[in-house]
Amino acid sequence: MQRIDDYAKITGRDVIEQLRQLAVPLRGMKVVHVNSTRMGGGVAEILHKLVPLMNELGLDTRWEVIEGNSDFYQCTKSFHNGLQGNQVVIPEALLRNFEETNRENAEKLRPVLENADIVFIHDPQPAPLLRYMPDRKGTWIWRCHIDVSRPYRPVWKYLQPFLFDYDASIWSLSDFAQPLPHPQYLVPPSIDPLSDKNIDLPESEIRDVYSRFDIDPERPLITQVSRYDRFKDPVGVIHGYRNAKRFLPGLQLVLAGGGASDDPEGEAVLNEVYDAANNDPDVKILLLPSDAHRTINALQRASDIILQKSTREGFGLTVTEAMWKARPVIGGNTGGIRLQVINHHTGFLVSTPEGAALRTRYLLNHRDILTTMGQKAKQFVRDHFLLTRHLGEYLTLMVVLKHNHADRVELV
Amino acid sequence: MKNETGREPFAFKDCTLAAIATGKRAQNLRELRDHLMHVDTGCIYYHFWGGRLRPQFDEPEFNNDFAAWCKHALRDDIVAERLSVVDPTGFASMEDLRNEVIEILEERLYEREFIPWAKTDEQFSLIRSQIVVFATPHTISEPEQLPEIIPHVSTSSIFYHFIDARRRTPDRKDDFSTWLEGLNGKHAKLLARLADVDPYFVTLSDLRGQLTGLFTEYFAHEHTEGRL
Repeated sequence: MQRIDDYAKITGRDVIEQLRQLAVPLRGMKVVHVNSTRMGGGVAEILHKLVPLMNELGLDTRWEVIEGNSDFYQCTKSFHNGLQGNQVVIPEALLRNFEETNRENAEKLRPVLENADIVFIHDPQPAPLLRYMPDRKGTWIWRCHIDVSRPYRPVWKYLQPFLFDYDASIWSLSDFAQPLPHPQYLVPPSIDPLSDKNIDLPESEIRDVYSRFDIDPERPLITQVSRYDRFKDPVGVIHGYRNAKRFLPGLQLVLAGGGASDDPEGEAVLNEVYDAANNDPDVKILLLPSDAHRTINALQRASDIILQKSTREGFGLTVTEAMWKARPVIGGNTGGIRLQVINHHTGFLVSTPEGAALRTRYLLNHRDILTTMGQKAKQFVRDHFLLTRHLGEYLTLMVVLKHNHADRVELV
Repeated sequence: MKNETGREPFAFKDCTLAAIATGKRAQNLRELRDHLMHVDTGCIYYHFWGGRLRPQFDEPEFNNDFAAWCKHALRDDIVAERLSVVDPTGFASMEDLRNEVIEILEERLYEREFIPWAKTDEQFSLIRSQIVVFATPHTISEPEQLPEIIPHVSTSSIFYHFIDARRRTPDRKDDFSTWLEGLNGKHAKLLARLADVDPYFVTLSDLRGQLTGLFTEYFAHEHTEGRL
């Protein structure tokens, strides 16, 4: 487990001092985070790191996970798709099961949640918990990690009433925030530079993935790391690769995905990906376990360029991770990718497979630019998207909430 | 507390901003003007100053978000240039600054027969901020310590003392100048050089480097002169 001082050599001592000072007025507060999975997906990864660091800073912090049956996850996956704009029809029985599951979890978690000073509820899955806690004493905050910029209205209309009574909500980007009767804070997520997924690796470990996945180290490699999800457009990535390969015959593509326990749709998309790849020996379709962090890290470092050709994206932590490895990113012009991929600086934003192909060819034909962009990408992440910044914004928000939302809080 | 020479020490503070979406979005100049008439003054602060603590790339092209949006989303260079010269430190209050921005928008609306629209996904989202100010362990008692300490304070501390100070102090100066002025005119040349630093077109890291260089050079020169 990482200690807060371990981050100083990456962020600078001043950033760590800042966190310690901010945490002083919050020491001893009971904080609880609640989400729906302990493994898989960006939310779980962030909580694995954030919770121990909050404890180290003196906040009494716990992480609780709600449990549900397969119908529950089918329902919440439909919510996820609907919130991202997909037209989904959710049977009434699934909605009743969703509410009942939350009621049951509320009973289990009642002693912890009722006595907490601050409760962070992550994403829609546990959102109704608040409704079953009429005797709660603390401040409840709903944290939305999803791109809700254009939700499918029936889904949002169903979920919205569960959110009305929260004291505040947190959104990754201002474009995602939806009208709710409480302050809506903006906090982009982050990556942990010391996690297995992001830490520097020995060359031998990078070389190992070449042989393990039958990749030719002498030929260019482009990679997309993400779940097999239609919004990540893995089929579009294959089309882009095929277009670029006409000009770069040696080009190789890796699609590295994993499943999350709350994602039942992945298998259908994976089959579409196999069909699109059509047994091309230079396309490697990998289905990695959720704990294959060092493998993903090595694959990103083994790549020349990282793609994230999403058509919808919450924030796009895989983009942040790639940039941290000093790799330029060709990303879909959507959501949080826009905040990270700055055209001609840290990579390129594209809207089509053809655009991805064009930028791939450009970068692989201008190696000096590729290298410079990668270095700028890494610095950009160091300045803005590391876990320490994320933690600081949570602490700031808690301080502000403790001071009744005052515009200016002077702790000195 | 004053030190033995009767001088107040300089206690470095730090700050963080919490950004809050107001839910108000503008797709053209008229909508922006209408929203600006009613939003909290915290919005004006955020879009003129707060952005300095947000993710930025290289040096900012404009010193406020309104100008940048008019240029990049509306492609209206004229109003972008007019907004870009608004010096937020030149106004006694946030209300006065708000009125100036509205005046510029109204002037442009009067000039144009057709107003340009931004694409749906390039709307201006009005954001307000809350600031939390807290202590740091850094305190100095002599100006000669400035070159040594500045590289070690955070960029947000630089923001607080060099940019935010212009909003919260009566004569709208940075905190270093205010402190040095209390030293009986001893550092008049340094004050003049600090007044020449324009904080709006460099990143906070660059600003910290610029101040470090300025203090280092000044005190090295003063030391040399003192020995001659």
